[in-house]
Amino acid sequence: MVDSLIAAASVIAAAVAVGFAGIGPGIGQGNAAGQAVEGIARQPEAEGKIRGTLLLSFAFMEALTIYGLVVALSLLFANPFVG
Amino acid sequence: MYTFFLSKIEVGSHLYINITENLHLHGETIIVSSFVVSLVSLFLILGSQNLGKIPGGLQNFVEVIYELIKSIAITQMGPSYYGQFLPFVATVFLFVLGSNWAGALIPWKLIEIPAGELAAPTNDINTTACLAILTSFTYFLAGFKIKGLGYFKRYIKPSVFLLPINIIEDFTKPLSLNFRLFGNIVADELTVSVLVSLVPILIPVPIMVLGLFASSIQALIFSTLAAAYIGEVIE
Repeated sequence: MVDSLIAAASVIAAAVAVGFAGIGPGIGQGNAAGQAVEGIARQPEAEGKIRGTLLLSFAFMEALTIYGLVVALSLLFANPFVG
Repeated sequence: MYTFFLSKIEVGSHLYINITENLHLHGETIIVSSFVVSLVSLFLILGSQNLGKIPGGLQNFVEVIYELIKSIAITQMGPSYYGQFLPFVATVFLFVLGSNWAGALIPWKLIEIPAGELAAPTNDINTTACLAILTSFTYFLAGFKIKGLGYFKRYIKPSVFLLPINIIEDFTKPLSLNFRLFGNIVADELTVSVLVSLVPILIPVPIMVLGLFASSIQALIFSTLAAAYIGEVIE
């Protein structure tokens, strides 16, 4: 019975981890993209630099979502409390 | 009515090579890593044979890659010190890019191995952890080489109150490098395998293209961050 409790809790925790991990970076990346598009609209010849900086910033923000995914994966596939 | 397995997904099974009783290696990671290293070395060696003033063909392509890596290094480390650490940044960039793309593009499923599956070596957390620890060592050694014992002044740099944060940062920098690369590659591979198990025809292709793009960005990010950490210590 303890085993099913641990399993259920792990599944819920994994889902909540991925769900909440998507909120903050989603808002942040949307903001960054909006400002980048505004910058391009204001000065179209700086498009190359703006795009490069934008992609670099996206990768940093994406890493925060990935941390949540890693926690979820470790709960599902490498759970230290099971077995 | 009978059922048969069209596909199945398994996470965490490796081909174990036992050296001694307690020490084992992940065989499939080593096989693909050696393949990637030899492929990249062969490509670079062939590209730098018979160098001509006006480059053509392969030499041109290798020079484009060199210019890209050199621009990363110069931007982050400054024009006076970039030469000492350019080989490290280039190695990290080419290994990560080569292994991510080799894992995504080459049909490894055609080769059957007794346990586990051949895939990108960066989907093994040991590979990415090793790269992150190497980066950490490199910026420590860069600090000692260029600043000597004055390197430790860096810990109280903006103000003394930031000393615990700077010490913690020494641990979180390699940790974040590690998990960023590992998480991106594993997430892409899992998504593609789940989609392939649902709809094997045509639907996984956009995700695979996104995975190629994202994994090349991750190679760029890893090498840029490695250069930035070294540059931060040097200046």
